[in-house]
Amino acid sequence: YLHWSSPYMYVSCSYIISRNAVLESSLSEFGYKAPSARKTGTTIAGIVFKDGVILGADTRATDDMVVADKNCMKIHYIAPKIYCCGAGVAADAEITTQIMASNVELHMLNTGRPPLVTMVTRQLKQMLFRYQGQIGASLIVGGVDVTGAHLYSVYPHGSYDKLPFVTMGSGAAAAVSVFEDRFKPNMELEKAKQLVRDAITAGIFCDLGSGSNVDLCVITEAGVEYLRGYDKPTMKGKREGQYRYKPGTTAVLTKTVTPLSLDVVDESVQIMNTE
Amino acid sequence: NHESQYKMAAATMMPLFGQQMSSQSELVPDWTSQEVSTGTTIMAVEYDGGVVIGADSRTTTGAYIANRVTDKLTPIHDRIFCCRSGSAADTQAIADVVTYQLGFHSIELDEPPLVETAANLFRASCYRYREELTAGILVAGWDRRKGGQVYCVPIGGMLVRQPVSVGGSGSSYIYGFMDSNYKPNMTKDQCLELTAAAVALAMERDGSSGGVVRLASISEDGVERRVILGNQLPKCSTH
Repeated sequence: YLHWSSPYMYVSCSYIISRNAVLESSLSEFGYKAPSARKTGTTIAGIVFKDGVILGADTRATDDMVVADKNCMKIHYIAPKIYCCGAGVAADAEITTQIMASNVELHMLNTGRPPLVTMVTRQLKQMLFRYQGQIGASLIVGGVDVTGAHLYSVYPHGSYDKLPFVTMGSGAAAAVSVFEDRFKPNMELEKAKQLVRDAITAGIFCDLGSGSNVDLCVITEAGVEYLRGYDKPTMKGKREGQYRYKPGTTAVLTKTVTPLSLDVVDESVQIMNTE
Repeated sequence: NHESQYKMAAATMMPLFGQQMSSQSELVPDWTSQEVSTGTTIMAVEYDGGVVIGADSRTTTGAYIANRVTDKLTPIHDRIFCCRSGSAADTQAIADVVTYQLGFHSIELDEPPLVETAANLFRASCYRYREELTAGILVAGWDRRKGGQVYCVPIGGMLVRQPVSVGGSGSSYIYGFMDSNYKPNMTKDQCLELTAAAVALAMERDGSSGGVVRLASISEDGVERRVILGNQLPKCSTH
């Protein structure tokens, strides 16, 4: 039952639709657990600096306690100068930002005007509110438009905050501590990039749900610089020397050789990606 | 029989409002899935010629402060504001809806809207969707007909006009202060002092309130906003 209301107030009444509620209940009867949605764990952050905004994100996607993707992209395109970092349920963040990108494109064609960051935020929060938190997407929207540089954080239930610096995801607490310490208004580009890198790195090291590399996205009036893999603080180090023992270190007392008669049936080589 | 099992599962599966179906993994802290709440202390006082409104600035998701400089005093029209408490998402959405409705209504009337109209619009949304919403709102403003007015629209969707009103989780701690210190016919500056002191006291005691004190005074001449930072808060006698 959907009562009349203004086009913007659209709350589903009587009952709340839960995802896969029937699936989960029928599986639990047999003692199985339904697969939980893959979350991005995540540390995402954004700041407003002198010339625009910088968005940052880690690159780990987790399936409960297992890393599902070591190098996923969490900074999504919305418009030429508006990008969006996504945390929470990976699929929700991905699809929601794609829907926004599509809406923005249509809006641009409709109005003949470049999009405003506040417009993207408004459409996002209205959609998320309509779904009453069932879309588990926490997003940081940042960009430059005709009115200047703006940064918003949007929460799954549809609330938003407009701030000079924001962090979200499971590593938000670690990242925000770096911002609270060193953020200043109107920072220079290089210092600002370093600050965001440090904030994401704090999340990568201090939060189990975040890891791998730091991605940055610098948006200014002049354009966008998408720095994928800007920093890789978790790269395996290079061994300095050889740590093998020389043959003869351990004295051999007796030696017995028993040959086994085996035939080689099939031989194949698979290179393992250790990067 | 598979079909009847399916149907029974659907009938018994009636989750409570707000309950999450998927289980949380240990990697992701609890507060990332909590709804964003404004915790809050809000207050509004009428004086002859206008109103004074005040609020703290803390927004929480569980135990984490998501925004420590929130602006909970939201303009609905030129001389009408609302103070928001409860769920951040719900109150932001309602405020947006009412802003649109009131703006449209004002254009139709070709004159500034009444505070009572704004309050009724809030009440209409808050009452109709009372099962789904968590929103406690104070509507305050000035209009030509009745001057400064404060209307309280608490959770559940009641509407009542009061000369002074407090709301939010921190309000419990300042009812006594408000009852003993509010006098009718106070001046604007006295109201500002009272509001600042009250909100500061509530912030002291309520964990969900904190940050800075935001004040605004609304009168025929317009809106004056100010912020009182942490170190400038009124000092109280206990410490």
